Amino acid sequence: MRQLVSFILIVIIAGGFFLCLDGIPFGISKTSVGDYYKENGVEQTGAVNIVTAVVLNYRGFDTLGEVTILFIAALGLGAVLSTVKDKTKGEITPTSLILWAGCRFLFPFILLFGAYIFLHGHLTPGGGFQGGAIIASGFLLRYLGCPKKRINKSCFTAIESLGGIIFIIVGFIGLATGGFFLFNFLPKGVANTLLSAGIIPVIYIAIGFKVGAELAGIIDGLIEES
Amino acid sequence: MIYVITFMVLVMLAGAIAACRFKDLLNAVIASCLVSLMASILFYFLQAPDVAMAEASIGAALVTAIFVIAIRRTERQE
Repeated sequence: MRQLVSFILIVIIAGGFFLCLDGIPFGISKTSVGDYYKENGVEQTGAVNIVTAVVLNYRGFDTLGEVTILFIAALGLGAVLSTVKDKTKGEITPTSLILWAGCRFLFPFILLFGAYIFLHGHLTPGGGFQGGAIIASGFLLRYLGCPKKRINKSCFTAIESLGGIIFIIVGFIGLATGGFFLFNFLPKGVANTLLSAGIIPVIYIAIGFKVGAELAGIIDGLIEES
Repeated sequence: MIYVITFMVLVMLAGAIAACRFKDLLNAVIASCLVSLMASILFYFLQAPDVAMAEASIGAALVTAIFVIAIRRTERQE
């Protein structure tokens, strides 16, 4: 009976949503800001990847907020995990030699791929968040292969803090030279080359290291507790 | 092309329903991983490769791993 009532309620809510969204044409832009970015983005920011131009140049301050949210989430998880006292150090099942050798072989290539993603954030799809997540998944693979090998926690915390500090310092240099936060004060260079787009590669390198260290730290904390 | 996308959306729906219905939580996590994977491929088809990469690396890889570790820490059956 309860399931029937909830099913009917869900149907009613879905119908309401459908009626609301039915009048909106799909795939047709209602605002002109997207067209403005597409026409002037490459010229104004120097980044060929328009998504990156929007994320770090037009909407750079929002990205700082996103990075802060991720930092607070990692901090909260660390605080919760540190209250768990009974560290049942069960016997770690030793992995086979083949698995460990395979993980060790793949690990540097995954790190290289992640670094490629965030270094080329202004040229190809991807960026600091994606590259950092790929680097963290490399660390995850390493933990699955050999749970005994630990990362240096304090080193990772230092990298994480350094990434955040570089982001904010770059923003303040822009404030000092150009008059507003995250002003693109470096030369824009020739579009479609690696050294172009001013501060975008600098910030994406900082974000890549920060996100990679943060997510790897989260995985390390969780595996340590289990 | 439209058939491929329809098939993938149906797989997503099936994965989402399965993730809710499974009593074994490990199976439910794998089903939700399937949803993320299909969403990532759909993002790529919709010409949003940036979002597709984020969805594949975070939604399909890291979140699944974190859930599996959490299940290992707690109980496997609902």
